[in-house]
Amino acid sequence: MRGELSPGAKVAIYGLMSVLLIPFVFPTWWMITSSVKPISDIFAFPPDLIPRRVDFSTYAQVFELQPFARQYWNSAYIAAVVTAGTMLFSSMAGYAFARIRFPFANALFMVVLLGLLIPSEVTIVPLFQMFLAWDMINTHWPLILVPIFGAPSVFATFVMRQFFIALPAELEEAARVDGLGRFKIFWTIALPLARPALAAVGIFTFLHSWNLYLEPIVFLSSPEMFTLPQALTQYTDAYGGAMWNIQLAAATLTAVPVLIVFIIAQKQFVEGLAHTGLKG
Amino acid sequence: MAVAGVEERITGKVARKRPFWTMERRDSLAGYLFIAPQLAGIIVFVLIPLGLVFWYSMHEWNVLAARFNFVGSKNYEQLLADTALLEVLGATGIFSAGLVVFNLSLALLLAVLLDQKLKGITVYRTLFFSPVVVSLIAWTIVWRFLLQNNGGINSILLLAGIEGPNWLRDPTTAMISVIVVQVFKNVGLNMVLFLAALQGVPRELYEAARVDGAPRFKQFRRITLPMISPTILLTSIITIVGSLQVFAQIAVLTQGGPGMSTTVLVYYLYQQAFQFHRFGYGSTLSILLFVIVAVLTFVQWQMRRRLVFYER
Repeated sequence: MRGELSPGAKVAIYGLMSVLLIPFVFPTWWMITSSVKPISDIFAFPPDLIPRRVDFSTYAQVFELQPFARQYWNSAYIAAVVTAGTMLFSSMAGYAFARIRFPFANALFMVVLLGLLIPSEVTIVPLFQMFLAWDMINTHWPLILVPIFGAPSVFATFVMRQFFIALPAELEEAARVDGLGRFKIFWTIALPLARPALAAVGIFTFLHSWNLYLEPIVFLSSPEMFTLPQALTQYTDAYGGAMWNIQLAAATLTAVPVLIVFIIAQKQFVEGLAHTGLKG
Repeated sequence: MAVAGVEERITGKVARKRPFWTMERRDSLAGYLFIAPQLAGIIVFVLIPLGLVFWYSMHEWNVLAARFNFVGSKNYEQLLADTALLEVLGATGIFSAGLVVFNLSLALLLAVLLDQKLKGITVYRTLFFSPVVVSLIAWTIVWRFLLQNNGGINSILLLAGIEGPNWLRDPTTAMISVIVVQVFKNVGLNMVLFLAALQGVPRELYEAARVDGAPRFKQFRRITLPMISPTILLTSIITIVGSLQVFAQIAVLTQGGPGMSTTVLVYYLYQQAFQFHRFGYGSTLSILLFVIVAVLTFVQWQMRRRLVFYER
């Protein structure tokens, strides 16, 4: 569809895109600016697009009301471990299903693919009972083990397999003739080539872990174990009403670092996601 | 005789020397070792729980009263008689259908706009994609703030002289709100997939159509849509199955209300199991969710044969 456009058409497209952009960009702007408004200005009419008074004490209160630094660390280390673990184990499984011939490979791949049909929401009740029996309730183990090895990792395995299938066989032949073992071939030849697919899998896995909400509220019960999504909803007054500016300050602290990383690396993000395995 | 004996001895030796660990055997072992962690995980965290959920669904199980009694199909009879469930399935259907239609059409519109040769288009692409990386709960909290009766959206409407509804307190606008909030959060993913698909359509097809004098709209319907149909199918599968898993947005925006108007199946399941401690009935609802996901996936893969015009 990319023909040359007339100047009028160009203006129309810019105009349309700019209007459509509002609901994508305004909420983030409103979150950041409202987080530094004193509570009396929060619902001011007409609304202040730029705060008329700035009050950073909301950020201090974020840390006073809850062990927020600890909760931040919980989310960050869980996401890091889950991302690293998924990248390793899913690329190993994806590689084996794509490149190694062994008996029952296809049948076993179908078994793994079942994970796509059975999202964790379906099995949340027995998972809760299992972790209860293993004495792992109110620990981070369920939030680490299930994403790395359970249903959420299947998508990663599928993407990695699609990538390795497309890899030319000659790249491995020479190494096999030289008698290199499978793991060495995987680690030194196949995996470095898989960087774009790994990046996409890593981004997806990180975001999935960072956003997890049902699992933390089911498995965790004490504030110092909470992860960020769960912690954000806890900034309420004695009557359960939201403390808006403090809640939005905590939300800003949660959202903005990831947003900055994304803006720096947006090309890898967007193109990585578009050009790996996902294309169907 | 002697010569034959020597030969026998030699071949015997050679045969014995042939190592047990042949290339194939080593490869098979490597294959099993490579998939072992994932396979074990699927067995422990997916298949066994699926069996358990089925087993639980045949029990009356109240944790508070420490009761776990086999009741056979009673929970399933309750499922059929549960009038609240009808409302829940209705809400789930409206939510999923609304989400898929709005998400896919907006994603396609944005992808077509971004597929133009214009300066600064990457900036737009980045901004449209940005909500995908914003923390889900942070995004939902801001929207809840914006959708308050005296919140940002109604203030803006009031400036234009319109009195807006109390978005999250009216059944119709509450449903629209949860759909819209979810679409703006994630439409960037489908947009990027569509954009990649659009860029993969061979230019010559359009040139030929232009020579024939086909208008742009006709080019879009006759060339673009068929050529990107595999992507449309893929994104619709991902989006529908994803819509059935939506929980956090509902929990933060409406808690399933007002009434039961936004109580989708996953939220209802959570309420029954973890708020009312009815694990048996919660498990029965899990089975229902599983069946719905499985049937939808199967139907869509079947449709692939009929509807997908072109495959790479």
